[in-house]
Amino acid sequence: MSDLQSQDYVRRSASTMTPPSARSHEEQVAKLIDVSRCIGCKACQTACMEWNDLRPEIGHFEGTYQNPADLGPSVWTLMKFAEYENEQGNLEWLIRKDGCMHCEDPGCLKACPAPGAIVQYANGIVDFISDKCIGCGYCVKGCPFDIPRISKTDHKSYKCTLCSDRVTVGLEPACVKACPTGAIMFGSKADMTHQAEERIIDLKSRGFEKAGLYDPAEVGGTHVMYVLHHADKPSLYSGLPDKPQISPMVTVWKGIVKPLAMVGVAMAALAGLFHWVAEGPNEVTEADEAEGERVLRESETEKSS
Amino acid sequence: MALTRREFIKLTGLGLAASSLGMLGFGASGVAQAAAVRPFKLSRATETRNTCTYCSVACGILIYSMGDGAKNARSNIIHIEGDPDHPVNRGTLCPKGSALLDVVHAPTRLKVPRYRPPGGTEFKDVSWDFALDRIARLMKDDRDKNFIAKNAAGTTVNRWTSVGMLAASASSSETSYLTWKVVRSLGMVVFDNQARV
Repeated sequence: MSDLQSQDYVRRSASTMTPPSARSHEEQVAKLIDVSRCIGCKACQTACMEWNDLRPEIGHFEGTYQNPADLGPSVWTLMKFAEYENEQGNLEWLIRKDGCMHCEDPGCLKACPAPGAIVQYANGIVDFISDKCIGCGYCVKGCPFDIPRISKTDHKSYKCTLCSDRVTVGLEPACVKACPTGAIMFGSKADMTHQAEERIIDLKSRGFEKAGLYDPAEVGGTHVMYVLHHADKPSLYSGLPDKPQISPMVTVWKGIVKPLAMVGVAMAALAGLFHWVAEGPNEVTEADEAEGERVLRESETEKSS
Repeated sequence: MALTRREFIKLTGLGLAASSLGMLGFGASGVAQAAAVRPFKLSRATETRNTCTYCSVACGILIYSMGDGAKNARSNIIHIEGDPDHPVNRGTLCPKGSALLDVVHAPTRLKVPRYRPPGGTEFKDVSWDFALDRIARLMKDDRDKNFIAKNAAGTTVNRWTSVGMLAASASSSETSYLTWKVVRSLGMVVFDNQARV
């Protein structure tokens, strides 16, 4: 059917048996979002909904241009509008296209307890395999960027797929294609990094001295990167984490408590086996039977009296 | 089925052992890893080039419809995206253009001419024949009444100044040429295009 078969998985949630990635020469892909070129038109939002056949319920006006108010199971990407008054006292309108960052080290995948419900392909895309999703919501807690949302309709988790169905057949994601200002670009991770470098030089020459690339090393880099005019303060852009961290609880539970518990279960089973070999099954003796009969008779006489 | 306590514990243990073996890779775990990417939905869809219906920028669009044109298959538009070969937009679209699919299928979309007679309060659906006949009739009557063949100096001018024409922007060069010829040959001088909006 498609190229992204199990040989392409480099990671698989809740699995100790991720298949070896047989196709070792697949190019890593990346989406580059140049925030400095975004005009906030939301073409990416509509293109995303159109391609993925999603139509969220029509909501209410919340007093900002941001619409809908938040990401959702049918809203996989959202323009977030932030107003920032800079040091010169000028208003800057910082508009950031929010959505899955497709981390190299995905917190959602690490937190997921359902085997194979979250996978990472060799090209870097992190995808939710819905039929294996149990809707527990651990991915929501595990995500450093607060992206996945659980559907109230089918109780499964949803987020941007980086249009894995389009990328598989050699197309760019729907949002990238639609973007009228070229603020969203798509290509190999190397090409996108190079593209960003050129743009950052340009921005610096225009007075944005702190311009830079957002490709946070804390999550191993991301396959959705931002060019920011204030790369020293990512949190200005509607709370983009300055240092994204997978919740320590994920590391504690999945890294320490779970293996320990597994060892505990295995030890209990082994202890049972050894006990059975050394002591044998727990036999009922004649005396136990007689005692049991006596207790039963006593209780019956008590009941009848 | 009646289970003694002992049998129940035995069965539970067996179940646990079986599922543990499954987890270790004995059994159909390969099936569980089958490809799960959503199939590409346009593989055999019919692709049609057109121009976006909205503004005067006139972006090129690709319309994808299901069905291969077979006699019994009724085609239906399933997806619209930008035309990368179109010089105006090179594949990009604005938010309205990106959402064109919902315009195509909108229940409120205008599909037939509607007519509200002078003094009437409500529009009613009419046939194209009725609409075109009525437009032609009114144009002819007005032109016969107000056509200026010669000006005060006696020079032939062939002007028809009492009716104007607003043409569409989402037209090909050929359509625009024909529109120009028809309108100017009637003597119409008040002539503009939505491209100036």
